[in-house]
Amino acid sequence: MRIAVASGKGGTGKTTVAVNLALTAARAGLSVHLGDCDVEEPNARLFLDVAFEAPRDVSVPVPVIDAAICNHCGACAKICAFNAIACLPDRTLVFLDLCHSCAGCWLVCPQAAITQGTRVLGELTSGTGRELAATQGLLRVGETVVPPLIRAVKDAAGPAAWVILDAPPGTSCPVVETMKGVDFVLLVTEPTPFGRHDLELAVRLTRSVGLPCGVVINRAGGTPDLIDAFCAREGLPVLARIPFKRTVAAACAEGRLAIEADQDVAAAMTGLFHALRDREAAA
Amino acid sequence: MKLIVTSQGPEATDPVDPRFGRAPYFLVCDVETGGFTALDNRDQAAAAQGAGVQAAQIVAGSGAQIVLTGHCGPKAFAVLSEAGLQVYAGATGSVQDAVHAWYEGKLELLATPDGIPHH
Repeated sequence: MRIAVASGKGGTGKTTVAVNLALTAARAGLSVHLGDCDVEEPNARLFLDVAFEAPRDVSVPVPVIDAAICNHCGACAKICAFNAIACLPDRTLVFLDLCHSCAGCWLVCPQAAITQGTRVLGELTSGTGRELAATQGLLRVGETVVPPLIRAVKDAAGPAAWVILDAPPGTSCPVVETMKGVDFVLLVTEPTPFGRHDLELAVRLTRSVGLPCGVVINRAGGTPDLIDAFCAREGLPVLARIPFKRTVAAACAEGRLAIEADQDVAAAMTGLFHALRDREAAA
Repeated sequence: MKLIVTSQGPEATDPVDPRFGRAPYFLVCDVETGGFTALDNRDQAAAAQGAGVQAAQIVAGSGAQIVLTGHCGPKAFAVLSEAGLQVYAGATGSVQDAVHAWYEGKLELLATPDGIPHH
């Protein structure tokens, strides 16, 4: 089963849920691979007892124009849907940070003046621990092309029984890329108007990509809260509630697992694990 | 000599568009005759990314030597400089006002881009 842990709002507890669910599943006997797809700020490893290997570069193909052959016909600039190439009467300019590596330019060049170079987007590292395996991507500072690195993180996950993907915040391309091909999306939120607003956006996203989802309420207080009301109206299952407690916050701040620091969180994650197992069995 | 001005509309009386890449129109002004011709940039202005690169390419192919606009970002500026155009920033008011301001030496010739890059 492949599960993406997402949210609209940042800082709602995606990583807390991803890590604690992953360890709960591993301790129940499943082989688990945790993929940190929040490549702009990966932090799941802080909670994991995993020895990561030396990172390797992840790159994408980009055009390299041979100025000696190019006759500035403009075919490459014309086909580029991303406006990464500007053709002037006596020179052709390439803006690599706009390139999406679609290959159109080198396929269409009548002079065969364009060859494939590479551009490094970031790096990838994997490791195996006593309880689970993990991979994380780390985007190069200033880079704006994110999905290829997320694809590389997902590809590295291998044949584990459960692959849990910690998504970036928001609802843009990197989140869509993380969700692509998963079986279920867990949306983590908090009982605040901001949390509910961004949950609505995230629910719309999961529905538009045709994926089933369930909600985890973090920093939950008394029930029912405004998230429960929203979920009831939308017909969304609330699969777990993580209580708003000092012990949980302290454990996270110290890089410890919340399931080890707090029995209520352990119970919530076990309940979440079984709810997901039931869905997997029913599928 | 020809000037090109980023404009919110197709007429010389329309307001200058301060954004270079996402201006809906470019007005080409022939300094000798005083006549204006409009280039429609509405399709490119709506580009998800690289609007400045695309716009600069159109401007470079228009035969103009000088650009009058509000601000010009780094990629558009790179294309315009490579094409040998001069970029003047800080244009305000109508397109006609901008041409007069340039003629009176009131606009700033850019040596480096002054706009914020967008994706």
